[in-house]
Amino acid sequence: MRSDPADYELIAPGTLQAVVALLADEPGKWVPIAGGTDLMVLYAAGKLPARKLVSIWNLAGLRGIEVSPDEITIGAGCTYTELREHDVIAREFPLLASAARWTGGIANQNRGTLGGNIVNASPAADSLPALLAYEAELILVSVRGERRVPYVGFHTGYKKMRLAPDELIRAICLRRGFSGHLHYSRKVGARNAQAISKVCVAALGRLGGGATGGVIEDVRIALGSVAPVPLRLTEVERIVSGKSVDEELVQLATKAVAAAIQPIDDIRSTARYRAAVAGNLVAEFLEQLGDSGKPA
Amino acid sequence: MSYSSEGRSKDRGKDDRGKCALSLAINGNPQTVRVFPMERLLDVLRNELGLTGTKEGCGEGECGSCSVLMDGKLVNSCLVPALQAASANLTTIEGIAEGSQLNAMQAAFLECGGAQCGICTPGMILSASHLLSKKTDPTLDDIREALAGNLCRCTGYMQIFEAVVQAARRRTGV
Repeated sequence: MRSDPADYELIAPGTLQAVVALLADEPGKWVPIAGGTDLMVLYAAGKLPARKLVSIWNLAGLRGIEVSPDEITIGAGCTYTELREHDVIAREFPLLASAARWTGGIANQNRGTLGGNIVNASPAADSLPALLAYEAELILVSVRGERRVPYVGFHTGYKKMRLAPDELIRAICLRRGFSGHLHYSRKVGARNAQAISKVCVAALGRLGGGATGGVIEDVRIALGSVAPVPLRLTEVERIVSGKSVDEELVQLATKAVAAAIQPIDDIRSTARYRAAVAGNLVAEFLEQLGDSGKPA
Repeated sequence: MSYSSEGRSKDRGKDDRGKCALSLAINGNPQTVRVFPMERLLDVLRNELGLTGTKEGCGEGECGSCSVLMDGKLVNSCLVPALQAASANLTTIEGIAEGSQLNAMQAAFLECGGAQCGICTPGMILSASHLLSKKTDPTLDDIREALAGNLCRCTGYMQIFEAVVQAARRRTGV
């Protein structure tokens, strides 16, 4: 049944400071709402348990993308549109740019935020494998100050995360230096726009030069929609690191993918299909990576 | 043009508790309405302001029928809580025509047969207008992507894409 707006409180304190003060005063009582692309869907369906919401849409303290020589710092309130239109993100972090382009449609990209995608904690979120591959770090803020944590390990289980009730994600940091890598991303779903992924992948790596010519270096492979949380495939990465790409390696890697994931049957797909596709995508990535070392 | 909120004024009194005054500009007209902060912008437009050109399709941000421009950006009004539209400049389908004349996009939809039952049409026109505000000379791929969040179940997409191509051509004088 549809929710009655009279049953809900929504306030907009207007500054980041005022929002974290409110979260500290009544921890766990207020749910932050940014562009509403997830929460308003629950609300409309009468499935939003929270009755007190605090707007963080358009808060200056959560906006903007800062570029420094070593890293970029993305305000958690940045929208998908801002991500996909940003020069440095498009050029140096194409896994994130393509995830932003594949999330929702244009109207949802104008409202959905990267911080919101993290906190919504869907295992199928398109942007999260990219954050794993780039080894993103999160800046969390509360009245107690700020702390910086690696994104890997932030999601601990289905919709569970290491975020205190009085904390907000303020920004997402990505270290630069991937221009020499091969970036590989794929979304497998009914369609790119609106549809949620059956499987999505973000991966990057490069082939070493010099004496170790042609062997895989600095490889990161992350998958969405195949486990209760977005998954970095560290075991697969270990197996392929330092090796040249050949058929045998691809087979070994594909087997390791099957061992690492825990896909389920749900309304969008089946565990069997997801397992097959996940293996095929990792194989395709490795083949492309191997080909990247061959003369054109 | 003025919009009346008389329909709801008799509800004032105890039902008014929890409401706030929301001031915003709609199609260039400054408005103030009393609403619940979590009321969907879509409901404010349709029920409080009588602007029923904006349609409700799915009510969950999938179909684009309720598209409006908020400060020039395309949004699904079913997913915007009213409070977040405070001080915004909104454009709805009612504000697209140039006086009593259809604008180029509306005329192109009419000429190309881009509207049949009409439920998706306001959203299609707003999404297409948003595209042209960002790209004056869009490719067919740009148009398909811009309208990917707008579902049509009867007209068929080809006439709709053709209408956008035609409107874009006219605007760039090609």
